[in-house]
Amino acid sequence: MQLLTDTLLSGLVYGMLLFMLASGLTLIFSMMGVLNFAHASIYMLGAYFAFTISHYIGFWAALVLAPLACGLIGAAIEVWGLRRCHANGHIAELLFTFGLVFIFQRAVMMVWGTLAVPYQVPASLNFPLFQLYGQNFPAYRAFMLLVTALMLLSIWLLLKKTRIGLIIQAALTHPDMVSALGHDVPRVFTIVFAGGCLLAGLAGVIGGNYFSTDSGMADAMGPIVFVVVVFGGLGSLAGCFVASIFMGMVQTAAVMVNGSIASLFAPFGIALGGDSLLGEILTIPLARVSPLLPYVLMVLILFFRPRGLMGARDA
Amino acid sequence: MTAAVPRPRPTAMRAATRNRPIRAVAPWIAMLLIALVLPWLFRDYTTGRDNGFMTAMFGQMGMMIVFALSYNMLMGEAGLLSFCHAVFFGFGGYCVAHLLNAVPVVVPLELLPLAGGVCGLGLSAVFGGMATKQRTTAFAMITFGIGELAVTAAIMFQHFFGGESGITTDRQNAASLFGVNYAHGLAVYYLIVAWTLIAALGMFYLRGTPLGRMANACRDNYERAQFVGYDPRMVRFIQFALSGLFAGIGGGLYSIAYEIVTYDAVNAPLSGNALLMAFIGGVGSFGGPVIGAILITALQSGLSLMSNSWLVYVGLLFIVMVTVAPTGIAGILRAHGPIVRAGRLGTLAIPYLRMAVPGLIVLTGLVFLVEMLSFATIGAAEGKTFSLFGFAPNVYAPMPWIVALAGFAAGIVWLRLEGQRFFAVWDDLMTGLAAAAPR
Repeated sequence: MQLLTDTLLSGLVYGMLLFMLASGLTLIFSMMGVLNFAHASIYMLGAYFAFTISHYIGFWAALVLAPLACGLIGAAIEVWGLRRCHANGHIAELLFTFGLVFIFQRAVMMVWGTLAVPYQVPASLNFPLFQLYGQNFPAYRAFMLLVTALMLLSIWLLLKKTRIGLIIQAALTHPDMVSALGHDVPRVFTIVFAGGCLLAGLAGVIGGNYFSTDSGMADAMGPIVFVVVVFGGLGSLAGCFVASIFMGMVQTAAVMVNGSIASLFAPFGIALGGDSLLGEILTIPLARVSPLLPYVLMVLILFFRPRGLMGARDA
Repeated sequence: MTAAVPRPRPTAMRAATRNRPIRAVAPWIAMLLIALVLPWLFRDYTTGRDNGFMTAMFGQMGMMIVFALSYNMLMGEAGLLSFCHAVFFGFGGYCVAHLLNAVPVVVPLELLPLAGGVCGLGLSAVFGGMATKQRTTAFAMITFGIGELAVTAAIMFQHFFGGESGITTDRQNAASLFGVNYAHGLAVYYLIVAWTLIAALGMFYLRGTPLGRMANACRDNYERAQFVGYDPRMVRFIQFALSGLFAGIGGGLYSIAYEIVTYDAVNAPLSGNALLMAFIGGVGSFGGPVIGAILITALQSGLSLMSNSWLVYVGLLFIVMVTVAPTGIAGILRAHGPIVRAGRLGTLAIPYLRMAVPGLIVLTGLVFLVEMLSFATIGAAEGKTFSLFGFAPNVYAPMPWIVALAGFAAGIVWLRLEGQRFFAVWDDLMTGLAAAAPR
């Protein structure tokens, strides 16, 4: 029971963090058709900014300033970079963000060094909140859940209850029509892109000290976020949410399971295995395969249901 | 999305090759001659030894040419943006390594790259069946997933991939068809040259076949291709599978040359490299990826020795190419074709020189900024001393930073002004040529 609740809770925290990244990515993608490869790099930048700001001012300032800086960077990328590539098509825009990944990756190393930086959970949140089956539940985890839940709520309110949200929603599916109605669609694009980057930065601020802040964090997070976006279905925030939580749970839960395919057959007296590739696949414990699971799930869902869980159209 | 890929003019090209067969063969002969002579230019004749580093680098260029060309079968020819191309390259490499380690080795060494190619073909047929269901961005995402899947699997499964340490092998295990001793790097280099030529010829031939033409058609307008009676998905699938074949050949060469294959050979950075090479070289023409492969490999081997932030330069080069010249280096060269033929290249000499001055200033400023920043955080910790182009500025004083930054900023403003002037001259020239052209 203790293991189960612990797994569920850490899966939930990880899933919410994934959703923060994936929601921005899916909004940007379904609206502008741009697959932002640099999204996870922005997440990394958010964590590094937060490290520097919390070093000089404090964590609470970093919580506000670092995402804003990331949002500004996002706006700059959109206005000075993507808009110029737009004439050359979506692939050119995608390639532009792909090039940015190299630069951000190396720039982070040049500014903050190649080793992980000691970005710590703030002292004011570094205490066990309550005990659950004899296990401490850190207050920072609760704080992360709170921030992500607030973010979820504010996105929902913004999209459903405000005028700009209405325009964004319309521009998601009918950009030409929205433009014809006199709205400045390029500006909406900039806002969405900056907003997505702001969310990614915020995820970096609260995720960087929970996991670790190093130059490999973008590479570690980026592919998973892609998987989440595809799995949930393009253009669907609800699908994105479900997929994020699901992926978070799957990844944390799989680490706990020690069984393999061979152990499924063991009760029936069938012994599988042997010294071959097939034997290795059959006997490898699920815990060790867990990094592989998201990609297997992604390929499977693209094969059987190309539009993802709740996607409005084919990927 | 097709707008990113400049369309070749098949009829004009065909006519040119029919009328002047020598001109069509000349670049091939020239490249082959250069490739044959290259290692001898860097040989140290006083000791009678080859320059091992240079020979290895030229060999790597050969493999990368095969790799980039096979990537362009997808990106340039079929308009498919793939992020898992290294998977087939690496898989071919792993298969060849296993073939070499199996006793006795049944395939002669000269034919092993082909065996790697066949393995690459098998895997790309499996993955291609899934990925080619989609096109454009969705295709790119699926291939991205496949690439990550392959890398995680390669690290995870010891038996076939050897985990993180990879598979080591010995090319001397295999017999040679012609009795050549492949202990020496030079022999391996010539084997690579031979296979690069064969693979390049094969891919050049495929371009002109109905399959290649249909790949172009499906890239430019898949609905119309469908309407004419072709199945765009099948065209994509065959093109994808065949590009896996050639990537596998490249991987086989890799395995033979380095005698070790690790998960780096299937990893995402290598897939990204294929994209960089093809795009920077130019996806619109056959020679583009060749230029890109040579340039990127040279940068990788040369620049990485001089600067540990060479990836920043490659990334910046890529971004500049995407924004300013989406046709790549080959596209830029080709745009000069009509001007050269009209004998008006001299008109551009002065504008080019005028652009070169601020261009150099921007470049110098940038290099100083990047290197000083890199030194202040990484280099200094390693106990190195900083010097660049004979200068040794104090990176902890504000002055060098101000100078570099000011030079960089001023250079950009100047470059933009000169650029506008250049394009004014360029447009004049083009309209003049168009007016003078016989109708």
